[in-house]
This record gives sequence, structure tokens and C-alpha cells, in this order.
Amino acid sequence: MIDSIIQQPILAALVALVGLGILFGALLGFAAEKFKVEGDPIVEQLDELLPQTQCGQCGFPGCRPYAESIANGDAINKCPPGGQATINAIANLLDVPAPELDAEHGEEADVKTVAFIREDECIGCTKCIQACPVDAILGAAKLMHTVIADECTGCDLCVEPCPVDCIDMLPVAETIGQWHWPAPAAVADLIATDRQGAH
Amino acid sequence: MKTWVTPGGVHPPENKQQSLTLPIGNLPLPDKLVIPLSQHIGAPAVPCVEVGKKVLKGQKIAEAAGSVSVPLHAPTSGTITAIEHRPIAHSSGMLAPCIEITSDGRDKWQKYEGFEDYENATPAALVKAISEAGIAGMGGAGFPSAVKLNPGFHHPIDTLIINATECEPYITADDSVIRERAAEIVTGIGILSHMLGRPHNILIGIEDNKPEAIAALEPHVAESGISVVSFPTKYPSGGEKQLIYILTGKELPSNQIPADIGMLCINIGTTYAIKRAIVNGEPLISRVTTMTGEACGINRNYETLIGTPVSHLLTHSDFDQDACSRLIMGGPMMGFSLTDTDVPVVKTTNCILAPSHQEIPDNQPVQPCIRCGLCAEACPASLLPQQLYWYSQAQDHDRLEAHNLFDCIECGACSYVCPSNIPLVQHYRHSKGQINKARADKVKSDQARQRFEFHQQRIERAEKEKEQKRAARRNAAEKAQTKTAASGSAADIIAAAQARAAAKKVSPEQQQAKLERSIAGAEMRVQMAKEKLAEADVNQTDEQKNALIAAVETAKQKLEQAKARLAEHVKQHDLADNGEKVD
Repeated sequence: MIDSIIQQPILAALVALVGLGILFGALLGFAAEKFKVEGDPIVEQLDELLPQTQCGQCGFPGCRPYAESIANGDAINKCPPGGQATINAIANLLDVPAPELDAEHGEEADVKTVAFIREDECIGCTKCIQACPVDAILGAAKLMHTVIADECTGCDLCVEPCPVDCIDMLPVAETIGQWHWPAPAAVADLIATDRQGAH
Repeated sequence: MKTWVTPGGVHPPENKQQSLTLPIGNLPLPDKLVIPLSQHIGAPAVPCVEVGKKVLKGQKIAEAAGSVSVPLHAPTSGTITAIEHRPIAHSSGMLAPCIEITSDGRDKWQKYEGFEDYENATPAALVKAISEAGIAGMGGAGFPSAVKLNPGFHHPIDTLIINATECEPYITADDSVIRERAAEIVTGIGILSHMLGRPHNILIGIEDNKPEAIAALEPHVAESGISVVSFPTKYPSGGEKQLIYILTGKELPSNQIPADIGMLCINIGTTYAIKRAIVNGEPLISRVTTMTGEACGINRNYETLIGTPVSHLLTHSDFDQDACSRLIMGGPMMGFSLTDTDVPVVKTTNCILAPSHQEIPDNQPVQPCIRCGLCAEACPASLLPQQLYWYSQAQDHDRLEAHNLFDCIECGACSYVCPSNIPLVQHYRHSKGQINKARADKVKSDQARQRFEFHQQRIERAEKEKEQKRAARRNAAEKAQTKTAASGSAADIIAAAQARAAAKKVSPEQQQAKLERSIAGAEMRVQMAKEKLAEADVNQTDEQKNALIAAVETAKQKLEQAKARLAEHVKQHDLADNGEKVD
């Protein structure tokens, strides 16, 4: 055996390399089956970053479809509810420059709003219930409906279908518990000589 | 007794003597008291009185909402005149729900009694009594004491620490209480010790700038197993983590509470309130508050009813609005500015500071960081204030958390030492708020995602169910069709239909009779026409005769036709009969 290897070093090397190739190939093949990743992990991560208002302003029926679309190379600046913060977070995740919000899809709202049904005017048509993507509207046919304010994402989708226009988007009042300190004034770049120069 | 030295810290001017020249004073009864429903950490209390109701001093006016909450009691007798949103002592300056009591001037107590012998009472009963008395931490945080004093079996307490540090400048509320009420405080410590199953060590931590207070405590603690531990004055020594380290040399890990390492830390003012609640049966309706600052003519401590407007304290302290640079609730390091003097004193208000412009000048303009590193030296939590400052400005929440922003106790030592006047601690507070908001938003968005996914599933399921129903209906229709087909072939159906039609036909005999009758009728008509013609021959015109002749002919033809039909019918009938016979 050893003799034959010594006498035919090229053949021996060839056999050894092919053998190693087959061994590692089998190992990799096994690992690929065993540790297979279900779904696209980047979609999950993108979906985590989106605000989950499910408003459809991006042109997709919900946040997850938009996340899938981003994973396939769509623009990352189509989410007005998330605003610049979400764009920055996605840009950070994908390691791309962060663009401005695409005005075509809407503007970033200053205050968060939730839907409110003027209950006296509600005729109980259930159209808003069907429109709500997060089942945040309670009611039944010919009975008054109401919005569960805590579950409402403020997506606006129930306003359009209402035949009697009894749904308002009201700003969420900030409570003392939610209040947090505002940012202190930015550093005024004052140095003594600048101040003298100003006079 | 050995003490440890915490890292960092600063030595601001103490300014404590001004308010200690006079003993604890009493204020005249204010006309109106405003009691905020949320004076503690946890859920706001729920009012249990209506507007217009008369209440006695000490009567409960709001119930605790849940376990981490405390009830409220009327600080004086009078009438409930409003339950509405009012400005409260909060850094936001926002309104919050409050109960207003208009005093009747009698200050009449309701009937009350304490435990005659607390040593024989169960800890559970004492915890309940403390909760019912509305006691929340009076050092500043306002954590419900009953929750703290009920650490549970898995948290045995072997060290009880009474916090008498009062490290912030100007504040002397605890100091004056110790000087005047040391015996009651020691009774209170006895109650705590009994409740916690007699911990091995009971330590009163006090800074060495309060020799009178130490002297007042010492005779009462002799041979009681309680040690009064004094240590060098330094700000901030009164933080829970700092005090634990100073007294025991143990560091409280991040995100843990003292009970996790077998310790319990409680403010000395709270201990006094617990004594009043257990032994005397009085709920927490007043506290000692320091009124100090150069803008006040009188600097002293007052026994202040909870709900007393700050303006009431100011008018009785010879306050000069013009001399005051800003009105602060709390101390100069951690307090916050008041924008409204009508805000009420609450359970956590230890000091009202009215400094002159010389004492606390207006904020100096902020200048760029020169990286001197004084803030890092001053930080008692050994954080890196400069790094936190950069990340805070960049809103880099991940890095802020990685640099342990949440271990910052917001003592303000970094801002105090900063030569560039950078409001470091304000930046940290802002970032903490933002991070907390982001966390809350994340929880909400996760919930929305779940609901959305469930919504999608539900719609799919409904669609599937509809499809199944449609399929079931289709199947049922097909089945019904095959069933009718199976009952007979198409030829049979036609035969049956023909049979039904034949049954409707008159029988051959009736047909024959009918035909015979029509022949007879026709014969009669021919006869009549012939008779008419015979009569007409005499006196009729040719035209009339011709018409009658034609009528006779028609009648004859009809007779012939009728006879032919009968012959045909008889022939068919015979054939049918023959056919049957052949079969």
C-alpha cells in the first residue's frame, strides 16, 4: 500500500483530493438539509422595523408584503407612518444610504391619531369593520360600532368606506404617564471671540 | 463602623443651616386643598367620594387601584368641591386628575385607632394597615411602601437600611424630623424589623453633617441592635445603590432590586409615617416639607398637609417674587422648576426652594464639550457621561443601552461639574424617555402585527368555509340529478306522458255516439232546408230560391262529411279491436 503510494504520488494525491471533495460535499449537503432556514430572515427583520399600522400607504396590502418587497429591492422610503426613523433603521439594517421619505406616499404625521366613531350617527353598516386590518372596531349589523382605541393603529382605512362620514381621526392626547423630557436646547457654538465680534 | 467610599460625587454648598434655625412649624389651615390622585409610582387612586360630600379628617377619599397603588385620605375636614384636572407638581406642567376639598375650618378627625400591640400582629396585617394608610416612599420616588415591605418568601431580608442621608443641598426635612421625633422613628424601625422577621443588621445611614440628628438618635437606639452609621458627606450618597455600597460594600447589580441581595432600603421620613399609621392609626395626610431659599424671609420646616398649595407656603414664608430666580420643588440638584404656584404639596414633596438670582443663577449658555473628563470623575454610577452625551445627541439607542444609560440615577453631578454648562442629565433624561417610548411603540406594533395576522387568517378561513359550502351545495345538486335519472330511462318517461295524454282522450264509443248525433243533426238540417225550398217555390224571387238551394246543398255536404267521419272512426276502432285480438 505505502509502496504503491510512494511510487504513484500523483495518483495518490488525486485520490486523496477527490475523496476529501466527496466527503466535504456530503457534509455540506447534509448541513444544508439539516439546518435549512425556513423563509427569508431579512423579511422578518424588516417586518420588525416597520410600524405595523397596516395602512397600505406604501401600496402594499400590509407591512409584511412591503417588507417582502423591500427584500426584493424595492425603495425603503415608502412608509409615512414610520417616517424618517424607520427609514434610517432600515437603511442601517440593509447598509444603504437613507433617503428622504417619498412624498408620493404621504407625509409623516406630527401627532399620532386614532379613529373615533361618532356613535349617534353610526347606522351599523359594518363597512368599517370589514376595512379594519387589525380588528379594532367592535359592532354588528344595524348596531352601533365603536373603536377600541388601544388597538387602533391610526391607519385611516375605515374613514373612506363609512357611508355617513361618522368616523374622525382624533389626535391621541399625551398623558402625564407618557410624557418624557424634551431635548435640551442644542449647543450654541459660542466662543468668547465670536461674541465680541458680534458687537 | 467601617464604611465604603462610592466613586465620583461632588461637594456642592450645603446650605442646610438656614432652615434648621427654627423647629418644625405649623401652617394655618388653607381654605382649599388639592389632592392629586397620582402621588406615587403605580396606578392612580380611584375616587370613592362625590362632589358635595362632607368628609372628616383622615377619611378615605380615593381607593388604591390594584396592588401597586395607595389610597388617599382627606387631610382636613370639609366638603369635596371638585374632582377634576388641575395643575400638579410634575416636570411636564401638565394637568392631572385631583380632588379638591374646601376646608370647614374645624379640622375634625374621624374616629381612628392603631394597633395596641403591633408585636403580636402578623406582618400581613401590618402590610395591609400600611397600604390602607396610603404610605408611599417619602424620599422622592413615591414607591408604595406596602409593596416594598412584602418581599415574599424567596427574598429573605437580612439587612434593613434606614435612609437618613438627605444628601441634597438645602433639604432638611428628614434632619428636623430626626431631631424632634427620634423616639417615634425608632419605634417605626421596630415595626419594620418585626415585619421583616428581625433582620440581622439594622443600619441607619446618615451623613456626618447632621451631628444633632445623630445625637438625637443615639440614646434611643442603645441596646436595640440598631446601628447609626455616619459617613462623610458627599452628593449623591442617598441613592439606594450608593447607600447600600457605602454601608455594606456590596454593589447592587443592574436591573436588580435590593431585596434580590437580601436588603431593604427605606426612607426615615417613611419610617416615621409607618409608626404614625401602625401605633397611632393615622393615615398619611401630612408631611414635613422644607421651605427655604434666599427669596423667602422665613426659612424653616413645616408640618404641611398633603394638598396644601405651594402659594400658601410661600405667603406664610414672606416670599419675594422679584428676588426669586425660579421656584423649585425638590432640591437644587434633582428638583424641577414650578411654573404654577398653585400646585399642591404631595407625599413626595420634601422641599420647596425659592432661591435668589445669586444663589442659583439662570442657565449659562451651553458651550461645546472640551473633553475635560470632569463628568466621568463625578459620576457616582461609574458611567461614561461624555460617550452617553454623544450617543444621546446621535439618538443611538443601542449604544446608549450598551453604555448602561439606565443605570444613570439622574443625580445631576455631571451637569454640576461641566465647565461648558452642558445640560448632560437633561440629555440623558430625554434619551431615556425616547427609549422607553420606542419600547412601548414596539410592544404596540407587535400587538398590531399579531392582530393583523390573525385578521388575515380569519378572512382566509371564512373564504375557505364559504368555498366548502359552495362545494357541498354543488355536490348535493348533482346527487339529486343522478337520483331522478336512476328511477327510469327517457323512453319510459315519454311513454308515461303519452299514457297520461291518452287518458285525457274520450273513449271510441263516446266518439261514435257524438258522431252519430252530429249525423242526425245534419240530416235534420237537410230536411228543414228542403222544406223551406218547397215553401219558397210559390212566392219567392229567384235569388232567394238560389240561396235556399245552396243552403240545402251545404247541409247535404255536411251530412256527407259527418257520415264519412263516422265511417272512418268505425274503421279505426275495428282495426284497434282487431289489433288487440291479434295480440
